[in-house]
Amino acid sequence: MTSLKDHLGRPVVAVTGIGVVTSLGVGKEENWAALTAGKSGIHPITRFPIDHLNTRIAGTVDFLASSSKGASALTYELAQTAALEAVTQSGIDATDFGGPLFLASPPMELDWHDRFALHEAAAGEDEGARLLAAAQRLNSLDMFGSSQFGYIADKLADQFGATGLPITLSTACASGATAIQLGVEAIRRGECDRALSIGADGSATAEALIRFSLLSALSTNNDNPEKASKPFSKDRDGFVLAEGSAALVLESLESALARGATVLGILRGCGEKADDFHRTRSKPDGSPAIGAVKAALADAGLKEDEIDYINAHGTSTPENDKMEHMSLSTVFGERIGSIPISSNKSMIGHTLSAAGAIEAAFSLMTMREGVIPPTINYDNPDPAIVLDLVPNTKRVAKVGTVLSNSFGFGGQNTCLVMAREPV
Amino acid sequence: MNPRDVVITGIGLVSSLGEGPEAHWQRLTAPSPAPVLNAERFAPYSVHPLPEIDWNLQIAKRGDQRQMETWQRLGTYAAGLALDDAGIKGDEELCAAMDMVVAAGGGERDMTVDAAILAASDTRADRDVLLNEKLTTELRPTLFLAQLSNLLAGNISIVHKVTGSSRTFMGEEGAGISAVETAAARIRSGQSTHVLVGGAFQTEHPDMLLGYELGGYLHRGGWKSVWKRNGSEGGGVVTGSGGAFLVLEQREHAEKRGRRIYATLGPVVSARSRRSRGELAAGIESLLDKVGLPSGPLLAISAASGSHEATAAEKAALAARADLAVRGFTSLTGHMKEAQFPFAVALAALAVDHKTAYPAFDIESERPFGEVPRQVLATAIGYHHFEGMALVSAAD
Repeated sequence: MTSLKDHLGRPVVAVTGIGVVTSLGVGKEENWAALTAGKSGIHPITRFPIDHLNTRIAGTVDFLASSSKGASALTYELAQTAALEAVTQSGIDATDFGGPLFLASPPMELDWHDRFALHEAAAGEDEGARLLAAAQRLNSLDMFGSSQFGYIADKLADQFGATGLPITLSTACASGATAIQLGVEAIRRGECDRALSIGADGSATAEALIRFSLLSALSTNNDNPEKASKPFSKDRDGFVLAEGSAALVLESLESALARGATVLGILRGCGEKADDFHRTRSKPDGSPAIGAVKAALADAGLKEDEIDYINAHGTSTPENDKMEHMSLSTVFGERIGSIPISSNKSMIGHTLSAAGAIEAAFSLMTMREGVIPPTINYDNPDPAIVLDLVPNTKRVAKVGTVLSNSFGFGGQNTCLVMAREPV
Repeated sequence: MNPRDVVITGIGLVSSLGEGPEAHWQRLTAPSPAPVLNAERFAPYSVHPLPEIDWNLQIAKRGDQRQMETWQRLGTYAAGLALDDAGIKGDEELCAAMDMVVAAGGGERDMTVDAAILAASDTRADRDVLLNEKLTTELRPTLFLAQLSNLLAGNISIVHKVTGSSRTFMGEEGAGISAVETAAARIRSGQSTHVLVGGAFQTEHPDMLLGYELGGYLHRGGWKSVWKRNGSEGGGVVTGSGGAFLVLEQREHAEKRGRRIYATLGPVVSARSRRSRGELAAGIESLLDKVGLPSGPLLAISAASGSHEATAAEKAALAARADLAVRGFTSLTGHMKEAQFPFAVALAALAVDHKTAYPAFDIESERPFGEVPRQVLATAIGYHHFEGMALVSAAD
């Protein structure tokens, strides 16, 4: 008989709905077909001029109605598109979800086009005073909304009928995983039977690109966009900025079974550990990443040898991939060389605030479909990193458990452990 | 009493009134508390400016200070005050096991670069190219990191070594409410033994005022209490720089360490009223019911912003409960956005701990309170969205 409580006596958390959008397309089907075909979504940037830019490629989502309407509008559309797919699949009323909402999204910033509009709408020497005078005069609700950090979650909560105060969060590149973790924890604490966790990021603006470029974090392999993201390769030269979203409907297994919902997977464990080393670099000994992986395994009640596949953070930056390999080697010992591990980012790039959620969605599909998406562009192995990276071609495999890693700038690390079946 | 009660063992406060719980207690219980205002710098808007702060006291390394702008420094500083106050600062083991939830907005953009771009845009039609040109040459990576919401928490980890876990919630007052609510839920469920929770807001930057004024929320003209700004020019909000961090701890954990307990944090409740549909008044009512008000006279520390609609609704709801004596502290500190709710909870804890109520900050609008406050209500009704309340009780 299926147990409704986990090894610590907490409600088991099931996934009953999945939605996803990336540069590869809208929805699970389109994404899964592209992902398992080893297709890259990375392309030359057309959204804004590329003059003066060192990096001229990205994994932007260019095919939505809001794709050219600024980060706030696009992030909202990405979030709501993924959420609608997930909630619809779960069979729950998409206008009356009846559970809390956790949204991982990029910090809000006034779009430059709005800033130019404000500048034009008033006069004066002092630029700050000028913008404020224009703001007072224009009183634009759209512009105001895009400057409020809770705005997107507020609108989503309205649309989907989420209960309570929605939480918008940022743990940098771990945000998507944190949104899922918050949902899992709320269900485990008995605060709700279901939760909607979303990670969405439509913030690939020129300024965002330039900022990461100035931190020397981005690949400059402009001539071969599809080849630019090459996690764990010897010649990896940075990540590729990208956009996307994913949503999971999380539900207590008890509630899912009671209403006859299809269980798509189990969120077995979450672990986190913050880094105190540096604002953009991780501790050389990898202890925070190691701590996060270990905490996730312990929370899941699984031993190291019970993980079948690892969905890597694998950003394709020299430092992350080295640190991730070292941390995993420490946790899994010699066995790490024979556990299949792949990086979705080789195809979709780094979707920042959405990455943890998108990669959790793909991890769940990996288990359900029995197919591991490859790490593409693995043509030039790094001799210092010996891993079974499922290079370049998908692999049919029975996968019962997955570890998904998310390690963020600013030192926030979150790992998720998922399982195909309840225990 | 339950060993898993949430107790408050550390308070870190900074506002225009000063720094630390004691300074705030003194200023706010003075016979006629007066605000500190700067009406010139951002005229026609007034702001409550930061007091003079010696950053070295909480951020020892100059290198760390240089990596931050004022907002992150302020939050890191206030967090340090709370950790110090709880006897946790410098205790490696306690810090490494400590969870953290920070309520954050964004940091300061580089106004010089922005102004140069805007000025150049007057004579350029290819504005997107102009952006690339200027941003690639003039942006400084340090400043960009100083803007990132999650890097206040990142800096707290680096400077104070708090590394159990690190989460950043965003979304104005709601972020502060959810941060306290989540931290308390973690402790009650046994997930955490001690949590650092709070936020900071640095208003002395045009962008930080813009976040309000795009929606027409800023008050113009002379100072008035938050309850009396309806009918004045502008939208009713006067902002202030400041921060509030709390150390929340499991009672058993705090007692084992032999720490002084300011107060117990009781129920924390939150909501998202659909204000455009006129649901705010009912939303506030329902929160008052949900938080479970004790019978008899009760002191209420309100984080009311002065924002016309929200503050009128809160004023009416609280006035309708004859036992409530409300204190709108934002009249004196200014609105500190994400820090509003943690600040309200901190002031509530101080009143409980001192067994004394604050005098009315606005004698005409706020009822006297002559009792010893055993329990105090803290409220934050967001200036634009999101609402929350908590009940703080005496420690014993």
